[in-house]
Amino acid sequence: MKLTLKIWRQRNSNDKGKLETYPVDGITTDMSFLEMIDVLNQQLIKDKKDPVAFDHDCREGICGMCSMVINGRPHGPWEGTTTCQLHMRAFKDGDTVVIEPWRAASFPVIKDLVVDRTSFDKIIQAGGYISVNTGNAVDANSLPIDKTNAEDAFDAAACIGCGACVAACPNSSGMLFLGAKVSHLALLPQGEPEREKRVLNMMKTHDDEGFGGCTNTGACEAECPKGISLTNIARLNREYMRAAIGSEEEVR
Amino acid sequence: MSWVVNFFSSSVGKKVIMSLTGLFLCLFLAVHMSGNFLLLQDDGGLAFNEYTKFMTTFPLVKVVSYITYAFIIFHIVDGIMLALNNRKARPVKYAVSKPSNSWQSRNMALLGIVIFFFLVVHLKSFWFELKFGHVPMDANQNKDLYSIVYEAFSQWWYVALYLVSLIALGLHLSHGFQSAFQSLGLNHSKYTPFIKGFGLLFSIVIPLGFAIQPIFVFLKATGRI
Ligand code: SF4
Ligand code: FES
Repeated sequence: MKLTLKIWRQRNSNDKGKLETYPVDGITTDMSFLEMIDVLNQQLIKDKKDPVAFDHDCREGICGMCSMVINGRPHGPWEGTTTCQLHMRAFKDGDTVVIEPWRAASFPVIKDLVVDRTSFDKIIQAGGYISVNTGNAVDANSLPIDKTNAEDAFDAAACIGCGACVAACPNSSGMLFLGAKVSHLALLPQGEPEREKRVLNMMKTHDDEGFGGCTNTGACEAECPKGISLTNIARLNREYMRAAIGSEEEVR
Repeated sequence: MSWVVNFFSSSVGKKVIMSLTGLFLCLFLAVHMSGNFLLLQDDGGLAFNEYTKFMTTFPLVKVVSYITYAFIIFHIVDGIMLALNNRKARPVKYAVSKPSNSWQSRNMALLGIVIFFFLVVHLKSFWFELKFGHVPMDANQNKDLYSIVYEAFSQWWYVALYLVSLIALGLHLSHGFQSAFQSLGLNHSKYTPFIKGFGLLFSIVIPLGFAIQPIFVFLKATGRI
């Protein structure tokens, strides 16, 4: 099939950038969205033009790199799907597809569709760890964990840090990501020693990195490829209040 | 005490202020709306004026009304801070966007501005008149606020202004009520469906109740009922 692509081209972080139109031909329905861009890039290289820069790594929906907003939706029209798992059968012959990078002050564009997500790494560094003793491996299942907690923690841990929640949020808030990261450790006994410090530090980093605040619009949950739910944000709020008001930890 | 400042300036702390003041104002709306149904009494406003006197002179009610003024201001100032901060977080907008969230959830600030302007007009017409204007006395020697309300609501455009603002209020509540609980961390598989349902009902009943009053007075003043 034939498509008209409108892709955000930006040479570097200082460039203003603009949407450029490219026609592509010979796209088949079983190609993935990224393969479709590969086709375009082959064509651009042949024409001695600069290929479109985009992030990708695993191409199987687990690394979270393939960030792009497709026709106004992060990761495109399919629910619970990353861009690499989106297939061209989602489009029709003759469609116009607009592709833009994540838009957030805390995710500056490096080139074209590639954004810098160091801010997420900083949030993880601020508290996404636990204390474990070295030595012999402990017996599996030696810590009793409630089944619902284990499941909720596992669901939260499914977050791949892609940033679609930030891209979808009208406030560019990172709360769904932060909520998932805090929840997944707060629900487990292994997360207990740093529980208060973790949420306080991660929240502080989130705010300092220039993410917006949550207004509970629910756009993040709708666009998250891993189905991370808003209950994680509520849990984050609870954890934060608990730590800030109810613990000896310093609120910075 | 710096921890208190730090807590309330964090993005969660700001939401806590937003939700607590918002929920208090919901309570205020419910009381205000129920009381105003005295406007429908067919006694030339005597009961309504009596009620007005109680609401403006009884010390406990006075304290609560000062708290209400303060909370309205907190809600507005905090809302402005949140909105500005959130705007700053997305300097470049999308060329195409297909939002998956509700219109009102994205436009709470806009709806808030409409409600604010309504509030200015509303307070000028009644609160300001009662406090500083010249208000005649009724048969019971109470200030006759009823006559002022009656006069205001006999103008169609004034009633229309109310109705438009009430739609804005309804939309604001339809997102705000349940959102306040989520901000306070109260999201629970057993209670959240009830909170959402109640919030929706609340956002319909409150504006509807408030709408009946000016419409009733208008119809009465223009001799239609
Ligand atoms: S919460 Fe969902 S959308 Fe946000 S980073 Fe994690 S996986 Fe991506
Ligand atoms: S490339 Fe890894 S999730 Fe898409």
